[in-house]
Amino acid sequence: MTAVDERPGRELGNPRPRKEDERLITGRTRWTDNIVLPGMLHVAFARSPFAHARITSIDTAAAAASSGVVTVLTGADLDAEQGSLPTAWPITPDMKAPRHPAVAVDHVAFAGEIVAVVVARSAREARDAVELVDVEYDELPVVLDMEAALADGADLAHPDLGTNASATWVFDSAQAGTGADVEEAIATARESGVVIERRFRQQRLVPAFMEPRSVVVDPTGDQTTLYSATQVPHIVRVMMALVTGVPESKIRVVAPDVGGGFGGKLQFTPEELVTFLVARRLGKPLKATETRTESIMTGHHGRDQIQKLTLAATKDGTVTGLKVELLADMGAYLGLVTPGVPILGAFMFNAIYKFPAYHFSCTNVFTNKTWTDAYRGAGRPEATFGIERMMDELAVELGRDPIEVREQNWIKHEEFPFTTVCGLQYDSGNYEAATARAKELFDYDALRREQAERRQRNDPVQLGIGVSTFTEMCGLAPSRVLGSLSYAAGGWESASIRMLPTGKVEVVTGTSPHGQGHETSWGQIVADRLGVPFEDVEVLHGDTAVSPKGLDTYGSRSLVVGGIAVVKAADKVIEKARVVAAHLLEANPDDLEFANGSFTVRGTDQSKSISELAFAAFAAHNLPDGVEPSLDSEATFDPENFSFPHGTHLCATEVDTETGQVRIRTYVCVDDVGDVVNPLIVEGQVHGGLAQGISQALYEEAVHDEQGTLTTATFVDYLVPSAVDLPHYTTDRTVTPSTTNPLGVKGVGEAGTIASTPAVVNSVLDAVRHLGVRDIDMPMSPQRVWKALQHGASSTSGGELPDAASAGGDAPVVDMTAPTDPGEAGPSVDVAGAQDQPIIGGQPGDDAEGRRP
Amino acid sequence: MIPAAFDYVAPTTVDEALAALRELTSSGKDVKVLGGGQSLLPVLRLRLAAPEVVVDLGRVDELRGVREDGDALVVGAMTTHDTMTRDPLVRQHALLLALAAETVADPQVRHRGTFGGSLAHADPAGDMPAPALALDATMVVAGPSGRRSVPASDFFSDIFTTALGEDELLVEVRVPKHTGWGAAYEKFHRVAQAWSIVGVAAAVRVDGGAIAEARVALTNMGTVPVRATAVERALVGQPATADAIRSAAASAAEGTEPPVDANADADYRRHLAGVLTRRALEAASAS
Repeated sequence: MTAVDERPGRELGNPRPRKEDERLITGRTRWTDNIVLPGMLHVAFARSPFAHARITSIDTAAAAASSGVVTVLTGADLDAEQGSLPTAWPITPDMKAPRHPAVAVDHVAFAGEIVAVVVARSAREARDAVELVDVEYDELPVVLDMEAALADGADLAHPDLGTNASATWVFDSAQAGTGADVEEAIATARESGVVIERRFRQQRLVPAFMEPRSVVVDPTGDQTTLYSATQVPHIVRVMMALVTGVPESKIRVVAPDVGGGFGGKLQFTPEELVTFLVARRLGKPLKATETRTESIMTGHHGRDQIQKLTLAATKDGTVTGLKVELLADMGAYLGLVTPGVPILGAFMFNAIYKFPAYHFSCTNVFTNKTWTDAYRGAGRPEATFGIERMMDELAVELGRDPIEVREQNWIKHEEFPFTTVCGLQYDSGNYEAATARAKELFDYDALRREQAERRQRNDPVQLGIGVSTFTEMCGLAPSRVLGSLSYAAGGWESASIRMLPTGKVEVVTGTSPHGQGHETSWGQIVADRLGVPFEDVEVLHGDTAVSPKGLDTYGSRSLVVGGIAVVKAADKVIEKARVVAAHLLEANPDDLEFANGSFTVRGTDQSKSISELAFAAFAAHNLPDGVEPSLDSEATFDPENFSFPHGTHLCATEVDTETGQVRIRTYVCVDDVGDVVNPLIVEGQVHGGLAQGISQALYEEAVHDEQGTLTTATFVDYLVPSAVDLPHYTTDRTVTPSTTNPLGVKGVGEAGTIASTPAVVNSVLDAVRHLGVRDIDMPMSPQRVWKALQHGASSTSGGELPDAASAGGDAPVVDMTAPTDPGEAGPSVDVAGAQDQPIIGGQPGDDAEGRRP
Repeated sequence: MIPAAFDYVAPTTVDEALAALRELTSSGKDVKVLGGGQSLLPVLRLRLAAPEVVVDLGRVDELRGVREDGDALVVGAMTTHDTMTRDPLVRQHALLLALAAETVADPQVRHRGTFGGSLAHADPAGDMPAPALALDATMVVAGPSGRRSVPASDFFSDIFTTALGEDELLVEVRVPKHTGWGAAYEKFHRVAQAWSIVGVAAAVRVDGGAIAEARVALTNMGTVPVRATAVERALVGQPATADAIRSAAASAAEGTEPPVDANADADYRRHLAGVLTRRALEAASAS
């Protein structure tokens, strides 16, 4: 057998359409809910209609007698096995964490919490019987507002916990030795410079992935197989083993094709745990697929912070310090990485700027709402929003152009690598180049002229120009840094390559794509590296039996960590093949050069293709002594640093002052994600990210009524824009390669979301500030914009903080840096039967202050 | 979500449909009529309604289509929104209906949802009732004792409630021809597939630079579509100028009791009604 001598064109940089799209777009593929197993039963959940209540009794008799029902189980029935759902990120040693039973036993802490589990022969019969489960509740006071929750004598979201404060996490550049003292900077600026103080609200969002979550568990056989619409099959497997005590080796987790996640499927869910336990108890395969409303109500939410920012600057516009005080709404429980989400923003408020002094503190607060956790950007959109709003406020205060003020403070391209006030080392970047290109594409000066003209003639439609520059830390993450932040796991990624005898190649990745196109991108990387046709490379993922090692997909990590593991695995194949080639060609390995998929003896026409060598290794008839008959390889890559993409986004909005309606007229973004593997996929990531970031600015908000009921539990009320609601995007890229990985790539999955929200908000405010509007809460709905215009000088949200002297009265004054009581939860791994929430990870005696990444 | 179980009847003629309705309702069954599914299917799937029987009019071909009858256009109740946007007779004689239908939901829904279904559902935020009211449409209602005509002004009685009896069907809508009238439907909403926060349906007949006749009706400014009679009166005989329109539109919200929801309080709705009425009239008188 000889391989065909094909010389494929260069794949890196080729905007190849995604090979997975046909099956994903038509839906003719393996979604979890499409799985049908012999004898499979269906699960539906009875859920609490109350946000906070004691369960006084549950009568399941009518449901159990309903047509087709096999069993009805309550929290009491499952409590010996269900333990507590875990959190993997104890941000401080004394963090408070309530026990989180998958099925509530005697207390519900948010509306939508599971109170009973119905198993029936059909999904409809299960749903019918859910309506017959009779639960009696004693309602308890509902905790909804973070500031009120921290006041003395506040009602408690978890009465047994004794407080609504989970933890307070602090970073102080003076204490860490990475910068100066921020209080001194503020004091100096109060004397002789400028101090800007603002309060911003990051509203609560719903990840709103297209495919609702679904889980199928097959207990048949020695291993129990769990299929789930998850981003994190490997993490689910580990967590399932830790929580249930079932040996990890007895659990197989499969993420079939998954229809979006945006962080919303980075979770170990009550539904996964319950379905697993009940399937094993019954010995029958089970399926549980949520409705859209269940998805919106009970899938974890995102954002939800109150940000109090104090920025000190000199009168000429040089920032001298930034103080950040956050309240972060945990909701009712701590999910997998809930406590750490605001911490992912802690090192990003200084953004692309050379601030000499920085102080960050965040208090995590419990309320009776769905718990929050990762949502696209996780911590970094919040940080970018805060600082980019503040830079605009500084420019307004000084009467300066917002781009000029940013440029005065940002890191110049010749200053890289640059160690920030947080101690992070940014490897590369060129903010000047990206900004110059964005201004050119935007026609910045012409739009400023039009803006002036519309103001002059008092046009009912006013024009605003919004600026947002950003960088972010992504590519999660160097394992030692995660360790220093008390996260339970590492941040490496695994890949292996199998060279099949027929010359085809299987790439196994530990990343778990749910729309990102890894099958195409990884195929391109390997086709180039091994010199084989793209079509010959198959990428396998998402099944712990096929891909036993991995840390899955989130945090813009897949290419910059997982893709590099693929590169390293390919390089190992080449090195193994080189030994075989030298033997067959009777040459010294050092005399071989590898190009276009073949080893050639330098200066001769003698060569062996990688496919021929794969077959030679398979046949194993003629291998050098001591060489194993395999070219297969495995590699694990642990990044030495985060990835720091950056970009400049410019947004022009037209604000109809008669109705308050905002229309985006022009959106330009120039992102720098280093070198790219597939420009089409990168552009797709940017477009999708922009849509979600713009949507936070204008459309989306999870709203609760006074009883704690989510009033936006369908897509009628939770507004997600469609293509017609969004502008045409003008996108471009500058290329400043990363210096910390061999492909020179940087993460792109979250970039558009992070940068776009402040660009839109700054733009709308720029359009109406001259009419007396200081701030408008997100989402900037037409009614909010119109009312802000009516109120003129006074803002709708009190964006500007009142003077300390005049602050008494309305708003509860909260000491956001007060230390919390020492908790009992230790840095241990608890298993089944736990009465406290198992907290996985953390180091005894970790000091919450002065840490550096 | 999976609807609760229901029995399903699919008649092929109006007579069959009426017979089925009569039989089912007289035996005390809870019946819903399916006129396309734009609204009923979500309600069933969310289990906000759990009728025992659904009578699907989808196979009653005689209820589809648009024809002329003297001074009137006769629109079959099961004519889809999509047909309403394209039908040459509708565009010629009742342009307002075509323009309003263009704003309904999204293409998939416009291909399933029907004009009569929308009217019989009587959602205060639905986009078709106000234009029907503006054009003085008459509902032809068939029941056990034959057919009766109900003017649009009497048809909508409350939120999701009409003059239709439980054993009656809306079979066709007679719309007086408004040939040569300018028309506009101003729909104000936050995203494309969302309901109207406020909508304004306007039709004007301009003769010699003056407004000879005007019809204005409002969507989602009360429990039923509301005729802005003060605006209409103020316009007649005025020159078709921006000033005259602005002045007349100022009274658009007069006498309304607008609803309050997450998107708009009553003050904002009243304000929007004025702005949108002005814009609708400007567009209608320019078309």
